[in-house]
Amino acid sequence: MASYKMHLLVCGGTGCKSSDSMLIVDKLNEELKSHNLVDEAKVVMTGCFGFCEQGPIIKVIPDNTFYTKVKPEDAKEIIEEHVIKGRSVKRLLYVDPKEHARVSDSKHMGFYKKQIRIALRNCGFLDPENIEESIAREAYGALGKVLSEYTPQQTIDKIKKSGLRGRGGGGFPTGLKWELAAKSVAEQKYVICNADEGDPGAFMDRSVLEGDPHSVLEAMAICGYSIGASKGLIYIRAEYPLAIKRLKIAIAQAMEYGLLGKDIMGTGFDFEIELRYGAGAFVCGEETALIHSMEGERGEPTFKPPFPAVSGYLKKPSNVNNVETFACVPVIILKGEEWFSSIGTEKSKGTKVFALAGKINNVGLIEVPMGITLREIIYEIGGGIKNGKKFKAVQTGGPSGGCLTEKHLETPIDYDNLIAAGSMMGSGGMIVMDEDDCMVQIAKFFLEFTVEESCGKCSPCRIGNKRLHEILTKITEGKGTMEDLELLKSLSNVIKDTALCGLGQTSPNPVLSTLNNFWDEYLEHVVEGKCRAGQCTALKKYIIDPEKCIGCTACARACPVNAIEGDKKMPHEIKQELCIKCGSCYEKCKFNAISIK
Amino acid sequence: MTEIKVKVKLKEQDIKAIKEICATFDNEPGNLINCLQKIQEHFGYLPAEVQEVVAANMGVSVAKVYGVVTFYSFFTMKPKGQHPISCCTGTACYVRGAEKVLEEFKKELKIAVGETTEDGKFSLSCLRCVGACGLAPVVMIGDKTYGRVAPEKVAEIIAEFN
Amino acid sequence: MKNVSLTQFQLNKMALIDIKINGKEVKAEAGSTILEAAHTVGIEIPTLCYMNLHDVGIKNNPGGCRVCVVEVVGRKNLAPACVTEIMPGMEIKTNTIKVINARKTVLELILSDHPFDCLICAKNGKCQLQKLAQDCGVREIHFPGEQSTYKPDFSPSIIRNMDKCIMCRRCETMCNKVQTCGVLSGINRGFTAVVAPAFEQDLVDSPCTFCGQCLAVCPVGALTEVDNTPKVIRALADPTKTVIVQTAPAVRVALGEEFGLPAGTRVTGKMVAALRSIGFDKVYDTDFAADLTIMEEGTELLDRLTKFLNGDKNVKLPLLTSCCPGWVNFFEHQFPDMRDIPSSAKSPQQMFGAIAKTYMADKLGVKREDLVVVSVMPCVAKKFESQREEFKVNGNPDVDYSISTRELALLIKQTIGDIKDLQDEDFDRLMGESTGAAVIFGNTGGVIEAACRTAYEIFTGKTLEKVEFEQLRGFEGVRAGKIDFNGLEINIGIAHGLGNARKLLEDIREGKSHFHAIEVMACPGGCIGGGGQPLHHGDSSILKARAAAIYEEDESKTIRKSHENKEVQQLYAEFLGKPMSEKAHHLLHTEYFDRKKKTIE
Repeated sequence: MASYKMHLLVCGGTGCKSSDSMLIVDKLNEELKSHNLVDEAKVVMTGCFGFCEQGPIIKVIPDNTFYTKVKPEDAKEIIEEHVIKGRSVKRLLYVDPKEHARVSDSKHMGFYKKQIRIALRNCGFLDPENIEESIAREAYGALGKVLSEYTPQQTIDKIKKSGLRGRGGGGFPTGLKWELAAKSVAEQKYVICNADEGDPGAFMDRSVLEGDPHSVLEAMAICGYSIGASKGLIYIRAEYPLAIKRLKIAIAQAMEYGLLGKDIMGTGFDFEIELRYGAGAFVCGEETALIHSMEGERGEPTFKPPFPAVSGYLKKPSNVNNVETFACVPVIILKGEEWFSSIGTEKSKGTKVFALAGKINNVGLIEVPMGITLREIIYEIGGGIKNGKKFKAVQTGGPSGGCLTEKHLETPIDYDNLIAAGSMMGSGGMIVMDEDDCMVQIAKFFLEFTVEESCGKCSPCRIGNKRLHEILTKITEGKGTMEDLELLKSLSNVIKDTALCGLGQTSPNPVLSTLNNFWDEYLEHVVEGKCRAGQCTALKKYIIDPEKCIGCTACARACPVNAIEGDKKMPHEIKQELCIKCGSCYEKCKFNAISIK
Repeated sequence: MTEIKVKVKLKEQDIKAIKEICATFDNEPGNLINCLQKIQEHFGYLPAEVQEVVAANMGVSVAKVYGVVTFYSFFTMKPKGQHPISCCTGTACYVRGAEKVLEEFKKELKIAVGETTEDGKFSLSCLRCVGACGLAPVVMIGDKTYGRVAPEKVAEIIAEFN
Repeated sequence: MKNVSLTQFQLNKMALIDIKINGKEVKAEAGSTILEAAHTVGIEIPTLCYMNLHDVGIKNNPGGCRVCVVEVVGRKNLAPACVTEIMPGMEIKTNTIKVINARKTVLELILSDHPFDCLICAKNGKCQLQKLAQDCGVREIHFPGEQSTYKPDFSPSIIRNMDKCIMCRRCETMCNKVQTCGVLSGINRGFTAVVAPAFEQDLVDSPCTFCGQCLAVCPVGALTEVDNTPKVIRALADPTKTVIVQTAPAVRVALGEEFGLPAGTRVTGKMVAALRSIGFDKVYDTDFAADLTIMEEGTELLDRLTKFLNGDKNVKLPLLTSCCPGWVNFFEHQFPDMRDIPSSAKSPQQMFGAIAKTYMADKLGVKREDLVVVSVMPCVAKKFESQREEFKVNGNPDVDYSISTRELALLIKQTIGDIKDLQDEDFDRLMGESTGAAVIFGNTGGVIEAACRTAYEIFTGKTLEKVEFEQLRGFEGVRAGKIDFNGLEINIGIAHGLGNARKLLEDIREGKSHFHAIEVMACPGGCIGGGGQPLHHGDSSILKARAAAIYEEDESKTIRKSHENKEVQQLYAEFLGKPMSEKAHHLLHTEYFDRKKKTIE
């Protein structure tokens, strides 16, 4: 990057691309051309910066100026002001919501201050389609070091000592997993990268693959060397076309540079990587299901043992790790296992990437040290709850996880604490909910997902989750009974105990955790027929305040079922037994006379 | 259960195309899913007749191909609309009102999820998280992403394609 | 397990390891499952989807139903006993409250997605789900909810009512792994997941062979045979109809099981008495037609052999037997290019029908349309075969109704109750006499042995000293035997189970087969293991007992070679002329069709 005086890094993450960041790149290039500046400054489309809420984002190097919500038509001004005159475009700078002042660079933004970027270290800093930029940021350095300095066992020991645990959800110690695969004796072994990110509301794997594909390729080669595999497979969602494109480019470039393929760096080590596409089945995130899917079968999980480390892809020993896990590996090798294990808590080392979303001001992808508290994430990084509403819960772990509430705000976040709190790390979805969210509906939402994504192989998951969903539906429709609440609990526990795979065993977690943390809300639905968040349509009650109603008849005319009666210029009344809770009257009333109970 | 009533007569060149795609995967049953994806890219969907040709070429039973096609949500046996609409119903979009947006699309297009409008112009489906949670709720039409979609904007968006 | 990797551990299978089950110290074979280990000490863990076909070497243990879950001390979740391998020091509890509660809940869930028409279900009283629910004391379903429904599928042989499917996947295992027909697969996912043919098409539109092995292992009423007994009863009740019945060899050695007799009990005489007392006008023996089959098929074999020895390059060898309708369906669907290799001889059932509705109808003085031919078969594919268009004259089938051994038992129970106390009776004559060669059609290898008895004597002109060809007997899936035809070595191949047949067919296609004749039976064990037989649930000791009974019946016969059957000789003399004559060709031979879907080519 040395020959240019200035670099304009434009975010090419999915969020920003969706808001025309491609067009911004074109416009910037046009402007550079028309001002004869193509040798002075370079526009680079990078991976995700993480701060999706404020996208599209442009970062200017070397001064680190951070422009937010850029529009294509701003290109001219950026070139003329910033590149030519060296003055930042003030109106595009981020406004700190607390100080109400414009912040010129990312280092001073609340969103970034508490983050430590390991897995995402290169995202937003390089052109993922150009291997030289990755190499300039030490890509394949760790592979070189491992191949020339360490034995496979020494490499495994380093990963073990680092304390790295699987970032895909389960948190199994990565080094131990590698060791098991290394000990299996077979002519052919496989390194498999699980990029079948299916958690609704998590997109960190996608960001890593789109923003820094070489870190994953390099880590897979390191793993291959450690366990004795010469073949790597990346199982990636077909719905991620950009990530697929960038991976293909990255693999081709790495092959060309001799960093993958035969006799890597002249050490005699061979390692090739192929892509396999997932076709849309959440259960394929489970490693045995993933393997069956790669073999061209229905993605139905099988019982473990045998573990993939013994009998995996094509019945050969296979090591399956997720994208984020792999992305941490090269850094551990380069910076040392002690450095990595100095970050985090006693049993959870390093950092974790979360997709922070929902009712929060700063939606985005964040990477934080293990042990950070929920409060820090929500109020410092996340900038608090949107529209000044009241915080209610954070859902982590997606459909396998649970809800954390106010009482967990000070809990240091790591694998074990989350499980103790009735949730789990999962792949890192972190959805913030406010007072307008009904927790019964949230549980129902996740169960709907599980019902849709269950493979149908085992009865507890196939039928049990369907029944959970039906009972939850009953409750949201105001037809639930106290017995239903008991059934929810007992059925959930049996499903947890008896389901075949991780998906089924964790699927009742959203139900159990909301039952535990929001028992009152369930009770209200069942006993009082009330939904405090106003989300359960069937439980809504529209009432006209006779004091405020002037009898304009607008509501009565709007009502599609003639449920509103009253004489002109006299207070009206809603016949509750006729009301279908459509809300038309509520929208029509100009006098705020109608309230929802 | 929705009955599959699509009857397609395959032309010789279609069969040739399928055979060629299968051959690029060495007719290896292990590549069935990758192969079906390529073929769906080619035809837009996977009608029964196409699956039969795939089965014959890959040396697996038609029942198995059908079992795979019906397992993965990416595969479809119905032709998609000219402009396939996908509403993200990931958690982030859900809590920011994706359901209401989806309802509005259903109402405007008068079709259910998984269906195509009579004129073949639009089809409607759900997907889980496109990774643009910052723009929630998100709707994709073809390759174009629409962010922060409010129910009231739905009619306007559809009109773009009329 | 210190420093011993799993693979090494698995290699060391025969070693005994110490475990604890329900507090009892147990030594069990390493590599066995909790279910197997518990069984060795008399602790039975209930199962539903699990099925172990020891002899075929195929297990169906997807671990899907979760009925067999048990507690393993130290593990968070319950472990499915059918797939969990034991480990040294493992402590297992099979009957704790946690286990009982989980099992009961799982059963309730399965039942909540299962129709409640048990009283009129074909499997009532034989349903494994029903029995489990009984045993576990399920009296109430706490989770009423939506039930999955599918389009019912009626074929001439098999009824699929997938509303009752519990996703045990046994049928899939039989269809794909044992029979390699590839008709069935798990489809859809989640709550709508079910086992079905491609595109949920009807079985008649699929490459189904109707061998019935799927329904023979179905634990519930999802897969059942078409019940033809109501039609038989209606015919019997019709005074204008003359109803005659033929019974296949394998029926007589299995029917007793339905009445509590031990497997392998021969009930030939009692069966005849029962049929007669139910009201059949004549009770004949399919064995008679089996002898006839040998005359035709044996002659065809000799004809092809002679041509071959005379240097005819176009002659099709090996000759494949064609008695088994499942097998015929199989090659018509899967190997249509080779459909000129099998013998053109019809199956015994159809030969019987063709002769009954011509020669016998004349003898009885009954018009064809007033004669109803019923067959009792160990088979469900026979139902399909009897309804083939080529076996009908002006829409009137040669065999009107085919019922299975199980249906016959049901018919007997509905009418006369039991067979145990009946006095033995003999078949009616002219189509009732049979030889030992015909009886052994019921066992794998029997048809070809019977053919050899006749072919040998005709070819060599010598009398066989010993009629048993031991080298052709046994239970191996694929067998080969050599027979000395006066210095000419004849190579015989035998396959039972369609997966095994496929191997031999592929060899023929590749020109690698050295056989002169091959016998194929679709069902493992031959007809004694047919899809219409009393359910044996994969217990091969039952099959072996039935096989032994067949050979006993053979030995008990004075005449044991088909060409010595006096009534068959009379038939040729009075009616057909000689084997392979024009009339014989017209009545006793058939042709085969290419049933492979054309879109594929």
